[in-house]
Amino acid sequence: MVTGAGQAAKMPGFAAWTGVFYAFLYAPIVILVVFSFNAGRSATVWTEFSFAWYARAFANKSIQQAAANSLIVAFSATAAATFLALLAALALTRGRRFRGAGACHLAILAPLMIPEIVTAVATLVFFSAIGLRLGLFNVFIAHTVFCIPFAFLPIWARLQDMNETLECAARDLYADAWQTFRRVTLPLAAPGIAAGAMLAFIISLDDFVITLMVADAGSTTLPVYIYGMVRMGTSPEINAVSTVLLAASATVAVASHFAARRARK
Amino acid sequence: MTESRFINFALPPWLSAGPAMAVLLFFLAAPLCIVAAYSLMEADPHGGVRAAFSSEAYVRFLFERDWDGNLALDGSYAAIFARSFLLAAAATALCLLAAFPAAYCIAGQPPERRGLLLLLITIPFWANLLVRTYCWVLILRDSGLANTWLSALGVIASPLPLMYTDGAILAGLAYSYLPFMALPIYAALEKTDWRLMEAARDLYAGWWQTLFRIAVPLARGGIAAGCIMVFIPSLGAFIAPDLLGGGRKLMIGSLIQLQFSSSRNWPFGSAAAFVLLAAVLLVLWLWLRRGGAQKAQW
Repeated sequence: MVTGAGQAAKMPGFAAWTGVFYAFLYAPIVILVVFSFNAGRSATVWTEFSFAWYARAFANKSIQQAAANSLIVAFSATAAATFLALLAALALTRGRRFRGAGACHLAILAPLMIPEIVTAVATLVFFSAIGLRLGLFNVFIAHTVFCIPFAFLPIWARLQDMNETLECAARDLYADAWQTFRRVTLPLAAPGIAAGAMLAFIISLDDFVITLMVADAGSTTLPVYIYGMVRMGTSPEINAVSTVLLAASATVAVASHFAARRARK
Repeated sequence: MTESRFINFALPPWLSAGPAMAVLLFFLAAPLCIVAAYSLMEADPHGGVRAAFSSEAYVRFLFERDWDGNLALDGSYAAIFARSFLLAAAATALCLLAAFPAAYCIAGQPPERRGLLLLLITIPFWANLLVRTYCWVLILRDSGLANTWLSALGVIASPLPLMYTDGAILAGLAYSYLPFMALPIYAALEKTDWRLMEAARDLYAGWWQTLFRIAVPLARGGIAAGCIMVFIPSLGAFIAPDLLGGGRKLMIGSLIQLQFSSSRNWPFGSAAAFVLLAAVLLVLWLWLRRGGAQKAQW
């Protein structure tokens, strides 16, 4: 197996360039995080270390409301999208072959191919055309739609990779279809389901463009609230909230990385 | 695809794949159809549309109607489309230039170190795009870090106008989608046989030749996938042109958003959304037709 490049395959300057690459990737984030702990108002001149802006952000009622909205939408959209994606993935990998399966697969991936701004205005126009004004519920529907492919892909990949012999054996040993599903398929597919759910959760938590168009005044999520603050001018409070949001998605990203690694072993 | 399949899922397709299809049909396909219909209607100045056929929205891309109703050629919207294509192409090129050497270097590391380096690319990949773009506001604005440090070093006397320029948008786009370029190139290079590169060097190929005649062709599928994954979201980007370009430097994405917020011209916004969608699907179709998805080895 390939265990890395030998000395001869190394290119001059590439290692240094890789250092620059990572610096470029992280420097702006580090700047944001560092200045979120700055006591002064300035986001450019360092005065002293302080949690003051975090305290202010956490005490801000609008931020609390926006954070609560974000979490409600993220949890409910993740649950709905993962459930729909799991059923569809099972139909496409374990169910009887059916006409239109290819089209079905393509349709599930469609939200990935359509530019976000197009989905955003289409959803806005649709809700206004049918007169659906249910506040946070509208946001939940919009999020469920674009979370479906993100939940689907890891589940589908896992079901494809799973060796079917265990499921066959269970059936041979007189387990019925439901028992086989419940005791064999589901536990084996669990890492894929977890990975899909985590992806859907981050995607929902981070979504801005679609929520901006769909959410009304009472159902603002955290990214939309941050955008509103940025439009009013920069303040260290934004840095503090943004850092919290970054920390949340980084945590889920790292967790899903290690879960995936464990699943492969 | 395997020929025979273990069937243990008794639910009929309409009950299993059905619900997801219903959600997508009702909340994605139907809305897109409404957008298509709206693009062919008259604008209501108070927002929304009037139920009357009109091709005005598409005419507006190239012409301007004066008070007498005469059409005059107007290039300002065409210019926004052209700028979007150019900026998206430039962002793609920048990402390729930045990501290829890094992806090559990471793929050549021993496996245990690769995991960590890869995770470090994945974290920004999942980090909030709005927040990541906002970081550039902190750097580029008049009282931002770039200007503060440059004037502290005595390089500049007065702040450079870095924000609200094409350069700022380009930096934001390239920064946003850099992981999208690095990951597929890495995925392609990870599977290559490094002995090919070593053999080329042994046979007296210079590193430049080895790079462009061996490594780049081997990674071609990954490069194409990366370019698609950077170009497409860049073309329809809204956050970067909005935050870093202000109202002055529009791209298609911000033009569309504007029509549904302050400009209140839903038909024109719908038409622009459709043109963007068509452009994106065309690029995807060309890529898939050439077997791009298989070549990327995903």
